[in-house]
Amino acid sequence: MAGTATWRWLPLVVAAVLAVLPSVLTPYTSDLVTKIIVLAVFALSLELLVGMTGLVSLGHAAFLGIGAYTAVLASPEYDAANPLLLGLACVGAAATYALFVGALSLRTRGVYFIMVTLAFAQMAYFVFHDTPLGGGTDGIYLNARPALGDFDSGEKLHFYYLALAALVGTYGLLALLRRSRFGHALAGIRVNEQRMRAAGFATYLYKLAAFVLAGALAGLAGFLLAVKDGYVNPELLSWHESGAVLLMIILGGIGHLRGAVIGAAAFVLLKELYATPAIVGEVLAQHWQLTLGFTIIAFVALLPRGLIGLSARLRAVTR
Amino acid sequence: MDTATFLVQCLNAVQYGLLLFLVASGLTLIFGIMGVINLAHGSFYMMGAYLAFALAPLFGPNFLLMLLAGIVLSAAFGYLLEWAFFSFLYEREHLQQVLMTYALILVFEEARSLLIGNDVHGVPAPPWLAGTLPLGELMTYPVYRLFASAACIVVGGGLYLVVNRTRLGMMIRAGASNRDMVRGLGIDITRLYRIVFAGGVALAALAGMIAAPMSSVYPGMGGHVLIICFVVVVIGGIGSISGALVASLLVGFVDTFGKVFFAELSGIGVYLLMAVILVWRPEGLMRRGY
Repeated sequence: MAGTATWRWLPLVVAAVLAVLPSVLTPYTSDLVTKIIVLAVFALSLELLVGMTGLVSLGHAAFLGIGAYTAVLASPEYDAANPLLLGLACVGAAATYALFVGALSLRTRGVYFIMVTLAFAQMAYFVFHDTPLGGGTDGIYLNARPALGDFDSGEKLHFYYLALAALVGTYGLLALLRRSRFGHALAGIRVNEQRMRAAGFATYLYKLAAFVLAGALAGLAGFLLAVKDGYVNPELLSWHESGAVLLMIILGGIGHLRGAVIGAAAFVLLKELYATPAIVGEVLAQHWQLTLGFTIIAFVALLPRGLIGLSARLRAVTR
Repeated sequence: MDTATFLVQCLNAVQYGLLLFLVASGLTLIFGIMGVINLAHGSFYMMGAYLAFALAPLFGPNFLLMLLAGIVLSAAFGYLLEWAFFSFLYEREHLQQVLMTYALILVFEEARSLLIGNDVHGVPAPPWLAGTLPLGELMTYPVYRLFASAACIVVGGGLYLVVNRTRLGMMIRAGASNRDMVRGLGIDITRLYRIVFAGGVALAALAGMIAAPMSSVYPGMGGHVLIICFVVVVIGGIGSISGALVASLLVGFVDTFGKVFFAELSGIGVYLLMAVILVWRPEGLMRRGY
């Protein structure tokens, strides 16, 4: 089918467009695109759990936050850190916490799992919120952005390509994973775990591996976020953030990798739109969460399969 | 720690635990019977607190009357909300329930901000409950806190009687253990759902109203309570009221004494308790037992 072939090349085309984009964008739009790229990595990491494995986690922001805090805490106070080592440290820290949380929470299922992941995220939130380690509610600043040779992540353009490389890498990794034996096992677990277990798969270990990998990738997103903003605070780990990333992948359409990317873009743009006084008016811009809330409600009610589902529905209508 | 301090902390723990129980019992019932994960449940607690703030000047010293008015208002609100909103969620996936109720939180928070603003408010305890009781030689204990515990015990006892001794309670218990069977037996499940939901909202709002004079009334106060109540439900076992009671008291004690002994890490204690229980009994202490 011609349609499938176009879809297959789409991610590469988008990556190519993103690679040349900074040369034509204004600083404002360029910032927006950078933000979308970082959040797309985060959304992809959750898609591995929700879309591929069928595990709905409402505590995914914990791993983002731990990655971000590690980026700041593991950096030398006034010197630039090595970005590769620092990135690895962030991924490692997030993966370690994911191993702890996953090992416990995967003993439960369904709604229990949702509540338990939320509770463990809240626990991490309190660690950074209440102890001197995380600088309390105010958060902490990253004094020197990581740099290596000519590469300086403090430069906006350099950072843009770092984030883009992370996105392409994550997307590629997950795309390969989906086609691998491991990915098929996860899909089997999503559809019917009982049967997978009967077929001889240690489903608990498969799910745990997926959980840890998802946590590690969220840690990567956290590393990017900390370097981008130069600042971290406990709100990164809050459950609002966990809800927002779930919203992203649902906005895009669950079960497709590109859905996570589309969803991240849609979320950032919607938020920007609703918070701009010039477009929606002073009062609504101040209370943009109200508009966002109603949008989500309308969205879930009318488009349960996301924006990707919308395109399929439109095709069905026009045919 | 001397005996008097210990006693005061115990009273505090029981009082906090009982308050949590009011919120969590509604959550666990809504969850156990309708299978809906309701993130907006904390918002009902917040609404209750703001309701107390709004109603207190109208009722003056008639505090009990105010509580009654608040219960009626919030139950009516819950009934409407179920009809307009939650009744569409039962057949949906958990994921969509999470999103919908997450969106509801955003809407409720912003509505609160539009209607009342973002300031922190205090609600005075009624004059007849404002004093303190001497406890030992140096310590005193506020009467209002004792009243709060007593009120929670009365409501909890009432809940126990309704669930265990009435026809409605029989349907609720049956619904919690096998939803489809109840439907099959010809019980009007729509009405049952609506009543349970309204009851859950009223319980959470009542907890908020009782808590208002002790903790101030502030934006986002529902979020923290919601997550602690999730912990309570997970520990107690979904759909179990007695489990929720045991778990709330456990959480109350761990939290209160955690604050005394490890002030900095006190936020974490409750979650560690949950982790231990999960290792020991992943299904909760009392899964669907009454």
